Amino acid sequence: MREPGANGRFGEFGGRFVPESLIPACAEVEEAFRDAWADAGFRRDLDRLLTVYAGRPTPVTPAWRLSAELGVDVLLKREDLAHTGSHKINNVLGQALLAVRMGRTRLIAETGAGQHGVATATAAALLGLSATVFMGGKDMARQALNVHRMRLLGAEVVEVTSGSRTLKDATSEAMRHWVTCVDEAYYCIGSVMGPHPYPWMVREFQRVIGAEARAQCAAELPKAVPDYVVACVGGGSNAAGTFAGFADTGAQLVGVEAAGGAAISNGGVAIMHGHRSYAIQDADGQILEAESIAAGLDYPGIGPEHAHLHELGRARYVTVTDGEVVDAVKRLARSEGILPALESAHAVAWVLRAAGTAELPAGSTVLITLSGRGDKDSNSLMEIQ
Amino acid sequence: MTTTAVTGVPVETHLRARRDAGRKLLVPYVTAGVCENWTEHLHACAEAGADAIEIGLPFSEPTVDGPTVQEASDRALHRGTSLRTLLADLRTVRLAVPLIVMTYYHLVAREGLAAVCAALAEAGVRGLIVPDLPLDESAALEQAAAAAGIDLILVAAPSSSPARLREIAQRSRGFVYAVTAMATTGERTALPATAGAYAATLKQHTDLPVLLGFGISTPDHAAAGARSADGVVVGSALMRRILDGAGPADTAAFVTTLRTALDR
Repeated sequence: MREPGANGRFGEFGGRFVPESLIPACAEVEEAFRDAWADAGFRRDLDRLLTVYAGRPTPVTPAWRLSAELGVDVLLKREDLAHTGSHKINNVLGQALLAVRMGRTRLIAETGAGQHGVATATAAALLGLSATVFMGGKDMARQALNVHRMRLLGAEVVEVTSGSRTLKDATSEAMRHWVTCVDEAYYCIGSVMGPHPYPWMVREFQRVIGAEARAQCAAELPKAVPDYVVACVGGGSNAAGTFAGFADTGAQLVGVEAAGGAAISNGGVAIMHGHRSYAIQDADGQILEAESIAAGLDYPGIGPEHAHLHELGRARYVTVTDGEVVDAVKRLARSEGILPALESAHAVAWVLRAAGTAELPAGSTVLITLSGRGDKDSNSLMEIQ
Repeated sequence: MTTTAVTGVPVETHLRARRDAGRKLLVPYVTAGVCENWTEHLHACAEAGADAIEIGLPFSEPTVDGPTVQEASDRALHRGTSLRTLLADLRTVRLAVPLIVMTYYHLVAREGLAAVCAALAEAGVRGLIVPDLPLDESAALEQAAAAAGIDLILVAAPSSSPARLREIAQRSRGFVYAVTAMATTGERTALPATAGAYAATLKQHTDLPVLLGFGISTPDHAAAGARSADGVVVGSALMRRILDGAGPADTAAFVTTLRTALDR
């Protein structure tokens, strides 16, 4: 997984498809990121925050009982143990430090499940910035706890009432808002999507997941590298960060999409939210509303680098249903005492289904990234009991 | 390859001629399919003194549209509006002013650039605006549009660097669409004070007509904008009226007030 070309492409995907008004802002973010990423001082500041504030490194936990039941060796990369409860904090701390370096005083963000919004509100509080988070009305209702958390942290949460009132509409609204305030606000995108340099930059900020996991697997596994590396994919930031640590190994990379929002499995090439990738769409090219029990995967598109990995055949993308996801939450909770986020449970669900089949043969070693913890989903789970 | 039968009035020659005759240019915007009789609003605009008409083909993920045009787009999409219905509707429309389609790049790219441009030309469209297609990515569509006899109108922004403004002005066809402010489309109480100087800068780079758009909400705004630019585009102020139930006669009355202000 390399740096995208000068035009911000991963193969034919990515790019910078935004209104002319935003072109200078994107170029400014790119220049600032390149400068910061080459600056040992910036990297040191970020590493220190990740260690003393975000709780890194997160452990890799062998799933002892589940492994025995499934006949495959399962390791869990525990992003659920990072501060704020998900991997989102890794990226947001990086971008918030970048925003400060660029002289910005305000962060704007979009959020689906609320985890990126909570992480953004957290980083803003930590660094003395203000935060405005756009969230679809439907997501605000089902993730009320995270809305409350964001407000406690001092963020303004703006309800988006257009379209399907989910993450895709919050993303469009955040982008529209960014046009009006590029001089004072920094747009902190929550996944590996948006115009160049965001998909690349967010992957680099999330690379820490894969880099740590690579070293931890080397200590845990006789063969050093797992046979399979599995992560859930909405926009795909936890998967991109995880895959980045294993792209140069023989590990099979598996991204698990929600069946109701399967951009790669059921979609076609689309240009939206600043980049070219895959998205689910109707016969006229209008982007469809994704349907998933997990708000964080309720996004009709996927980051452009995933589209590229798919076309290369380097990663494969599969789907699981909401029913399988709920079963996976319960199974992991009861066998390991870990309550995963509904998003993360997609990755677990695929392993539960595939273990012992030709897709995931008995005796394999599997790393699953648990991108976040499931407390936020308690209400959703209670409703379907 | 089949030859496209280009119909309709050319954008650039038409606007240049009118501009050079001393007329200030007026381009109203109408969302395709917003109501059953939406094409009658096109006729109303033309009869009331529009110099060209911009037609919005709605996309579900609009990144430059403010609340009014979003609402119009949602309504049009719920009515089943698509490129296919737009082309069918426009085949029944023949006007003495050029028609320009505004839409997002996804809806153009997915059908194939050459195919979409040819189909638009065949339906009588002679201009195209794709606001999420920046200069750096637009070469292929510029070529396809030119081959079909369609002017690809490029958008300039207040944030564009001097070098980009120059290149936009040089590569645009038909006219240069100068966004008045760092904003989305939508009605505003005042025109930004900087719009005049910015339009004047653009005019130094090109002999093409330069039109100001975004936020032109009243006849006074139109007149003020056209003092430094060659004319204005008026979208949300008209669409707000149509969303509130204005018929073609009301559209004609509103466009007439804009025309009168520009001619004063």
